[in-house]
Amino acid sequence: MDAIVAEDLHKRYKDVQALDGVSFSVREGEAFALLGPNGAGKSTTVRVLTTLTQPDSGRAFVAGEDVAAHPDLVRNKIGYVAQDSGVDWDATGRENLLLQGRIHRMAGKPLHARVDELLELVGLSDAADRVARGYSGGMKRRLDVAIGLVHQPSVLFLDEPTTGLDPEARATMWVEVERLAKELNLTILLTTHYLEEADRLAERVAIVSRGRIVVEGTPEELKRNLQGESVSVELNEANGRLTDAERIVEGISGSVHVEGNVVRARVPNGAQAIPVILGALDDAGIAVAAVTTSRPSLDDVYLHYTGRDFASEDEAGR
Amino acid sequence: MQTLRQTGWMVIRQLRNLSRQPIWVVMMVVQPMIWLVLYGQLFSKVPALSGGSGPYVEFLAPGIICMNAFFGGMWSGMGMITDLDRKVIDRFLAAPASRLAIVLSQVVRAGITAMIQTLILLIVGLALGVRVHGGALGWLVVFVAAFLLASAFAGFSNGLALIFRRPESMIATANMVGLPLMFLSTILVTFAAIPGWIQAITRINPVNWGVVAARTAVIAGNDWASVAGHLGLLLAAMAATSLFATWCFRSYQRSI
Ligand SMILES: Nc1ncnc2c1ncn2[C@@H]1O[C@H](COP(=O)(O)OP(=O)(O)OP(=O)(O)O)[C@@H](O)[C@H]1O
Ligand SMILES: [Mg+2]
Repeated sequence: MDAIVAEDLHKRYKDVQALDGVSFSVREGEAFALLGPNGAGKSTTVRVLTTLTQPDSGRAFVAGEDVAAHPDLVRNKIGYVAQDSGVDWDATGRENLLLQGRIHRMAGKPLHARVDELLELVGLSDAADRVARGYSGGMKRRLDVAIGLVHQPSVLFLDEPTTGLDPEARATMWVEVERLAKELNLTILLTTHYLEEADRLAERVAIVSRGRIVVEGTPEELKRNLQGESVSVELNEANGRLTDAERIVEGISGSVHVEGNVVRARVPNGAQAIPVILGALDDAGIAVAAVTTSRPSLDDVYLHYTGRDFASEDEAGR
Repeated sequence: MQTLRQTGWMVIRQLRNLSRQPIWVVMMVVQPMIWLVLYGQLFSKVPALSGGSGPYVEFLAPGIICMNAFFGGMWSGMGMITDLDRKVIDRFLAAPASRLAIVLSQVVRAGITAMIQTLILLIVGLALGVRVHGGALGWLVVFVAAFLLASAFAGFSNGLALIFRRPESMIATANMVGLPLMFLSTILVTFAAIPGWIQAITRINPVNWGVVAARTAVIAGNDWASVAGHLGLLLAAMAATSLFATWCFRSYQRSI
């Protein structure tokens, strides 16, 4: 059975079409990632699914309930960790959790026991009775996750759970999310900017761009569908010769993308292509600084399906 | 039932959070005392303001109590804006939190704060020579008037907070609405001293309903029918503005 179904969701804010026909489904117990740059529509999708906002058209079902018709039933079954932390700064970690539990109709001993358990789970036992204002970014984020789990939801929404965290805190969060997914049999919908994060945490990934899902599959499937390898040639001086280099490489490979003074090409076999490319560039008198070859990454998948480079798209979106 | 339970816990949250801000606590206690002492001195030589009978401070005390409750209510939407900014409201809305409970918690909190300040003001007032001629019932009326006045305007203020969602717009509106309402009431001057055309406005000014009830209880200690009538009007205003604020969640949710 599907824990989340989105059918042709559209939503427009004044002059922006935030969602332009988003459809996907997530199986029960699955970890699913929406991957995309700034402004792609990830958070808007999550806000529709968590009943916070209404789509202009389209339907959505979460945990078997229609989001528009029975929002209260949906709210009972979901945990929501928003992109911007929802922690009450002037309350302690424990107080934050107790209130959230009370909103979910929990009370007394079972509530207190559950809160202790969660504080332990996210490693905040020692800080539990300190006011959250003094928590680090990573601690606030872990408290957010705990808040989303108080009532033992069956579906958990994590909107960019690691954005803004330092690498160490991010690694900790990954381990935690992996454990949650495994131990609690949660359905997790995760949004992220990090290709690496989607690759690691999600069983299936959907790439979102400009309010649409451009491709969907397991990270492996997505990468496998891209034949061959990626070769990156970094030029010594891009001055004037970049277009020449692009034209030359294009003649050899066909699929080329330029970014800064790096020319990236997709080839069937890196070991065979590199000498040919270098030879051709050398003949043209273009100096090369470095050459690397790699198996396709989700980065390449993103580039392939959107025609845009992930990093630059992200910059532009800001 | 669920709504009442949630309201209770959310009120506790707010009072607890506020009590953790020392500046807020100091302001809450000191500011009304400053008003009472300052205005009491400033106008003490102008007998016409109070109608002449009794000390001016006795006339003024219920007025300051109401002014204080009224402004406390008017500003309570700032708490809502902070919660909106911190995304605490979003978190509540994605959980089965009652929208009415979210509003009522602000409304009741504003009322409780106003009652605490009222207690402080009455004690200072006693020291300055104020006597509550209505006795125990008189005291009760003053507290209820302060609570209802603060609550009624808190509902209005929280509605504005949900529509504007920005502190600047809130502050501008609170000043634009608040100051005239204050001066179009009998907080500082007796009804008879107000020009006729303004009297008509004063009569339908909710701030004045609170002032009439509190002042009747303090100075005259009679005419309980008028007191009950004015408190009833305030109760209705509180219900109306709370429902208005709850309805304003639609405006907020359309924006996200
Ligand atoms: N409340 C809003 N009012 C107006 N426009 C909005 C609102 N929320 C989102 N948008 C616009 O809708 C588009 C999609 O936004 P959304 O927040 O869903 O993107 P996102 O994929 O979550 O991006 P990010 O990675 O930056 O969080 C953006 O162009 C954004 O500016
Ligand atoms: Mg987002």
